[in-house]
Amino acid sequence: MKSGSNLEKVLTEGHFAVTSEMGPPKGTSADFVRKTAEHLKHCCDAMNVTDNQTAIVRMSSLAACAILRQMDIDPVMQMVTRDRNRLAMQSDILGAVALGIRNLLCLTGDHQKFGNHPTAKNVHDLDSIQLEQMIKTMRDEGLFMSGDKISGDVPIFIGAAANPFADPFEFRVLRLAKKIKAGGDFIQTQAVFDIPRFTKWMEMVRDQGLHEQVYILAGLIPMKSAGMARYMKKYVAGLMIPDELVKRMAGASDAKEEGVNIACELIEQIRDIPGVRGIHIMAVAWEKIVPEIVERAQLLPRPIV
Amino acid sequence: MIVGEQKPLEEIKELVADYERILVLGCGTCVTVCFTGGEKEVGILASSLRMATKIDGQGKVFDEDTVQRQCEWEFLDAVEQEIKEHDLILSTACGIGVQAIVERFPQARVAPAINTTFLGLPEEHGLWTERCAACGECMLHQTAGVCPIARCAKSLMNGPCGGSQDGKCEIDPEVACAWQLIYDRLKAQGRLDQMLEITPARDWSTSRDGGPRRLVRQDLRID
Repeated sequence: MKSGSNLEKVLTEGHFAVTSEMGPPKGTSADFVRKTAEHLKHCCDAMNVTDNQTAIVRMSSLAACAILRQMDIDPVMQMVTRDRNRLAMQSDILGAVALGIRNLLCLTGDHQKFGNHPTAKNVHDLDSIQLEQMIKTMRDEGLFMSGDKISGDVPIFIGAAANPFADPFEFRVLRLAKKIKAGGDFIQTQAVFDIPRFTKWMEMVRDQGLHEQVYILAGLIPMKSAGMARYMKKYVAGLMIPDELVKRMAGASDAKEEGVNIACELIEQIRDIPGVRGIHIMAVAWEKIVPEIVERAQLLPRPIV
Repeated sequence: MIVGEQKPLEEIKELVADYERILVLGCGTCVTVCFTGGEKEVGILASSLRMATKIDGQGKVFDEDTVQRQCEWEFLDAVEQEIKEHDLILSTACGIGVQAIVERFPQARVAPAINTTFLGLPEEHGLWTERCAACGECMLHQTAGVCPIARCAKSLMNGPCGGSQDGKCEIDPEVACAWQLIYDRLKAQGRLDQMLEITPARDWSTSRDGGPRRLVRQDLRID
């Protein structure tokens, strides 16, 4: 075991993992974090906590993850390289370990242009791959990036993101290989809507044997309305939604119900793809639908490991 | 070249508001080539200011001159008298030119008429784009001659990120994804293996992060 996190145990034992995600509040309410987490707790093996997602300031991922630890939830702390340099990231990682956080997802982060502080300076001292390398060195060699010794262990299950829907497509699998080489233990992908493209990507992943070197969790975003489907298709870079799905959402008498139907169908199709080891459900601002999706997809109860 | 853009006239009018005798001082190098602050632009700016301030009923004097390079003291010495005779020097040079005047003539009051925007090149007629971030440790040999520090919105060393689509950067459909350009060039040259290696964390101390930079060339020092 690298970290002993619940997520690591579930994956190591060969279960099809389920992770979910919460966006901390744009405020100070620990109750908000607790209520959202309480709702999701029974239907996932670990819970991601976003780090100023879409560059909008929210309660820190570290603090929200600490609250989850008090509830015996296994958090996946997201960390973007946009807002912190190597000093701040390393000190936050030490603090995270001290608070019982065992999974960390390394991200570059959305550009600040998209958020509520577009005039901010971005940092990017490291990129996401270099962040993985840094954590791996901290964990496996007990050393800071500077080479100084760390007192105590740094048991972290290292996560990274992959986007099979961004360009250049042929490079996406090679970039995944770089992320594994840098230290990635698990991967959470961008949301999958386009099954043929994801299937093709997974084929390329298997051709390189990468599915045996890393646990791949396919991303899923439940669609709440036709408007949301159209918006994501048009404005979110690196997301591909087939027209057919947008049409289905637009034509449905109950869009939310259709969104759940589509989510369950996608899970079923994703589970059939060899090499996929779990699903990562990102229902930010629609967390309450997650238990229903997980139940209908017959992924309950979650294993106790 | 250093590329600059003139500040809006309204802003420049505020910069000159408290002064009577103003010297609009151009530079004959980078800002001339990018049509921002050379002799011609100095002429246009001075006339615009004369007209604008006359309409506002202010009796200001705007004189004009342009030196070959505002960033070198020997060229500034040629206009020493003019600088001393004016109560404001409105410089159309880059930020280096402005500071060169200040350092050479401690009594002079200087205001910038342009914003120094970036180090770049004219990509098309009337379009300049950034190419260099002056980071102090060039890596262009690793990236097929395309600089990810200056041209990737996140200065990624191991791109492209998940926001690269159809060759464009997520921040703006007009901006090319630097890593797509790097990928295309390496692929066309059969050197894609270069992109498979992880580029380790950079030493930013050679960049602005290390503090204001100095360059000493012993071979050129006089003593």
